[in-house]
Amino acid sequence: MACIETRGLRKAFGTTIALDGVDMRVEEGRILGLIGPNGAGKTTALHAMLGLTAYQGELRVLGRDPWSERDRLMNDVCFIADVAVLPRWIRVSQAIEYVAGVHPRFDPAKAESFLAKTTIRRGSRVRELSKGMVTQLHLALVMAIDARLLVLDEPTLGLDIIFRKQFYDSLLNDYFDRNRTIVVATHQVEEIEHVLTDVMFLDRGRAVFNRSMEEVESRYQEVMARSEQAAAARALKPMYERQAFGGSILLFDLKSDGIDRQRLAAFGELRTPSIADLFVAVIGNQRDAQGAVQ
Amino acid sequence: MNTQSNAAPESPAISPVIAPASLPWSRLLYWSIRRELWEYRSIYIAPLAVAGVALLGFCVSSFVGIWEAPLRLNVAHAQTPFDMAAGVMMLTGIVVSVFYCLDALHGERRDRSVFFWKSMPVSDLTTVLAKASIPFFVLPVIVATVTLAMQGIMLLFGTAVAEAGGSAGELWRSLPVFQMWGLLLYHYVTAHVLWPFPVYCWLLLVSGWARRAAFLWAVLPVLVIGGFERMAFHTFHFAEIVGGQLIGNAPVMDMSAGNMGLDPMTTHVTVGRFISSPGLWIGLALAVVFLAAAVRLRRNQGPI
Repeated sequence: MACIETRGLRKAFGTTIALDGVDMRVEEGRILGLIGPNGAGKTTALHAMLGLTAYQGELRVLGRDPWSERDRLMNDVCFIADVAVLPRWIRVSQAIEYVAGVHPRFDPAKAESFLAKTTIRRGSRVRELSKGMVTQLHLALVMAIDARLLVLDEPTLGLDIIFRKQFYDSLLNDYFDRNRTIVVATHQVEEIEHVLTDVMFLDRGRAVFNRSMEEVESRYQEVMARSEQAAAARALKPMYERQAFGGSILLFDLKSDGIDRQRLAAFGELRTPSIADLFVAVIGNQRDAQGAVQ
Repeated sequence: MNTQSNAAPESPAISPVIAPASLPWSRLLYWSIRRELWEYRSIYIAPLAVAGVALLGFCVSSFVGIWEAPLRLNVAHAQTPFDMAAGVMMLTGIVVSVFYCLDALHGERRDRSVFFWKSMPVSDLTTVLAKASIPFFVLPVIVATVTLAMQGIMLLFGTAVAEAGGSAGELWRSLPVFQMWGLLLYHYVTAHVLWPFPVYCWLLLVSGWARRAAFLWAVLPVLVIGGFERMAFHTFHFAEIVGGQLIGNAPVMDMSAGNMGLDPMTTHVTVGRFISSPGLWIGLALAVVFLAAAVRLRRNQGPI
């Protein structure tokens, strides 16, 4: 069953088009990474899914229309829309009390046990906590909700590496199971790469790449070609080429004609492309193509 | 039964709605109001603080002897300090309501916590109604309770002082306490809760709309319309209506000339005139319009 489904999702702010007809389908139990440059429309897409902004086109989240049913949808969906959006005046104990008061699927004992692993005190106000602690608190609240979809928009922006690592570790170990779906939008691709089951690149309001991680692994191959082999490798029409370590790194789509791993291995050392490499290649090509048309 | 052959004709593209497990609306409203009391502690601190100061003033004056004389000798004016204290409490209610309403839908957008509140299964309607219930219900209950408690203590203290002068019986005879309190509550609910409610709803609406300087945007239309009226027709009706609405200038009772207090002997309650005054009903209708607009705004507006 699809957890999120969109068809021709569009959103314009005045003359600026934030979403230009996005089609996507996220099945239950997946962890989707939504990756894109600044202004690509990631936040707008997430806000549309959460009922925070109006949109054109079709959009269903857990079978509901988010814009008209936000309050009911939030029984099954949680989100961290940004870092540090917890009200600064609230006490930790009040935050737990409040969520327990309004959310039917919240387990205060669970939240307490997550908080017990941190140094956050119950009587502290949010304004007295560090940025990392605020994120820990928010995550503890969210993980104690038995939701079916969790949406995260740059949840670790501005946090140090230890907090960031802890954040994704607890998300995976203590929260995720096959019945839940997680959508994460971020710039920091490297950190979530190993967590994802699916990846989607968004550029200028369009979905330009949408694959499962298995497909990414089986389909894309990088080869570090020695300089004398580079011309021959280039003849096979790589998706992208960059210079490094005194040679060329060429990225190939194995679905293209006449390319297989054995053949590429002849040019040099094979490497698995990272999502960041793929992102640069896909977005770069996209922009070149658009430039050529214009 | 063979379920396999009866499999769904076409798996629907749109997944079915999950059985809702929502909490009752009253519970969501209750917690939304608790949240307001946590965030805006002035709602209960201000009335308590003002009542404390008024009490202190009353005690001091009793010792100094300013009120001591009336309590002992001129019992006809024994009610004056009670009226003054109640007046100060009502003024506190107005001030707290105005500042609360101007920030209620602005603060959560300013500190971006609106993202957190909207991640909870609480509708915009519930949130706005919880906020509107502060000047309409919560604050009046607090102010009325604190006022009665304060007057009760004043009464005890006044009795003790009067007893020292041997005139406690006279004081109680000249102070019809229960009529005084009945009149006070009536005046409070009609003139300071129902009558100014549209003004508070207007302030709520502006706080949900303005990106900054909510106070300015709330007042500006009154100044502009009032200024235009003054220039064009040389009158002040609009400003008078709005101002009168805020300070509770409602036709709730007739008072004898020269007596501004709520003296049960000389005041005639005019419930009929209040209930039938167009000002009340036009005001309440406007309040509903303002609240509906505030709900829409909260749904549409993001953080600032």
